[in-house]
Amino acid sequence: MWKIITDAIPQLLVAGLKFTLPMAIISFVIGMVIALAVALTRISTKRGAFNLLRWLASAYVWLFRSTPLLVQLFIVYFGLPHLIIPGVFPEGIKLDPFMAGIITFSLNTGAYCAETVRASLLSVPQGQWEAAYAIGMRRGMVLRRIIIPQALRTALPPLSNSFIGLVKDTSLAVSITIVEMFEVSQQIAATNYQPLLMYTLVALLYAVFCTVLSWLQSWLERKFSAYTSVEGGMIS
Amino acid sequence: MIELTHLTKRFGDNVVLNDICTTFPEQETTVILGPSGSGKSTLLRSLNLLEHPEEGQYQIDDLQVNFAEPISSQTTFAVRQKTEMVFQGFNLFPHMTVLKNLIEGPVHVLKKPKADAMAEASTLLKHVGLADKADAYPSQLSGGQAQRVAIARSLAMHPHYILLDEPTSALDPELELEVLKVLLTIHEQQQSMVIVTHNMSFAKRVANKILFIENGDVQYDGSAAGFFASENPRIKRFIDSMSFTI
Ligand SMILES: Nc1ncnc2c1ncn2[C@@H]1O[C@H](COP(=O)(O)OP(=O)(O)OP(=O)(O)O)[C@@H](O)[C@H]1O
Ligand SMILES: [Mg+2]
Repeated sequence: MWKIITDAIPQLLVAGLKFTLPMAIISFVIGMVIALAVALTRISTKRGAFNLLRWLASAYVWLFRSTPLLVQLFIVYFGLPHLIIPGVFPEGIKLDPFMAGIITFSLNTGAYCAETVRASLLSVPQGQWEAAYAIGMRRGMVLRRIIIPQALRTALPPLSNSFIGLVKDTSLAVSITIVEMFEVSQQIAATNYQPLLMYTLVALLYAVFCTVLSWLQSWLERKFSAYTSVEGGMIS
Repeated sequence: MIELTHLTKRFGDNVVLNDICTTFPEQETTVILGPSGSGKSTLLRSLNLLEHPEEGQYQIDDLQVNFAEPISSQTTFAVRQKTEMVFQGFNLFPHMTVLKNLIEGPVHVLKKPKADAMAEASTLLKHVGLADKADAYPSQLSGGQAQRVAIARSLAMHPHYILLDEPTSALDPELELEVLKVLLTIHEQQQSMVIVTHNMSFAKRVANKILFIENGDVQYDGSAAGFFASENPRIKRFIDSMSFTI
């Protein structure tokens, strides 16, 4: 049995480091950019074209939060090739599985994180905006230097949760033929007839990845909370 | 010199400032008094364009703002360079040390060299008696210390006018005193200031001019001596009511 495990681990790890983690990290980075853009659009009070943008942003968040991720993956990978628009996509939109995975995971995590980011931006007291405006800053600088750094502290724990969730959700990519960690465990199980062992092993590996990530989260939280009171409590 | 003419501000149907005409002289301290809800904060915040009245003219030095028209961002920026605001709740930036709070505006808004800004910030901290707190975070300060940092932060911008909205209302009497002492020295250096306060003895001590407003109307606009000697029953009642609470 020991031999089965030691044979399997390197293959699983390679798949994890080659597909699972990169897919999660790339998707999360893109997702965060989307989330910030969507959150800023939704909290802006500008009128005119912004009304439409705000509506689009809300519609996007609603759409991706109210449909299953697995279905989204299927639509992007199996569905889009059938989206034939003469002149634009005469042969449908064909994506390689990794791209389809990245696109879907980014959009999905972006929609969830947009709500987190929006709430954290709104949690910064109005007085911070006023103090920053009073010293002559413009909106962009206020956001960059005053609001976002403070919001990040509030947002960090829920964002880390989203990221850890994403790492596990990448296992769904098995359904669009990506050879990530879970797929490899299935392949091995199919040859050595040890499904219990293989799936337990891959579960443990996900747990290891996620544990390392939560250590990273606590480290970041400690770094960001340097400015809370000496006792480490929150500023009221 | 700041001059307001026919300034009117409404929140919905509520007329908060009603046709205000007044001036805030240079190098002097003007104190705004009035009962709660009379529009003092709204008036002060209008001077920094944190509020936008619907009507009226606002002249500050060589700048002219017509509130009836949209205000360009250059004008807003120029007005905010001439004025600084000190808030009741301090509003220090909690993610920055005291020193960083002081150099934030000079370095990033005024584009001063960082070394110069730091040197000046240290001098200012000494002036407000907080030289040893440069590396502390705002959460590690008492209310009185935090407000003195906020005052130093506004001085670091070299504003023509400092606008203070009840700077000591959130403080215990002891801590209030240390802040008032700092304000007194700034007053003696002839920094132009506009202060909203409920502290009558402080108003008496520093005001070159008093503006008394009630329900958005100017009820008194003149010398401090004239205000405290006024025979106007409304003013007398106000002074009496405030004196009892102290
Ligand atoms: N953002 C706002 N929206 C609606 N009404 C407001 C707003 N800000 C102030 N008001 C109203 O305007 C009036 C004047 O408020 P303001 O804060 O200027 O009074 P104040 O004289 O500073 O009072 P206090 O001494 O209690 O600070 C009040 O009736 C208040 O309810
Ligand atoms: Mg007020």
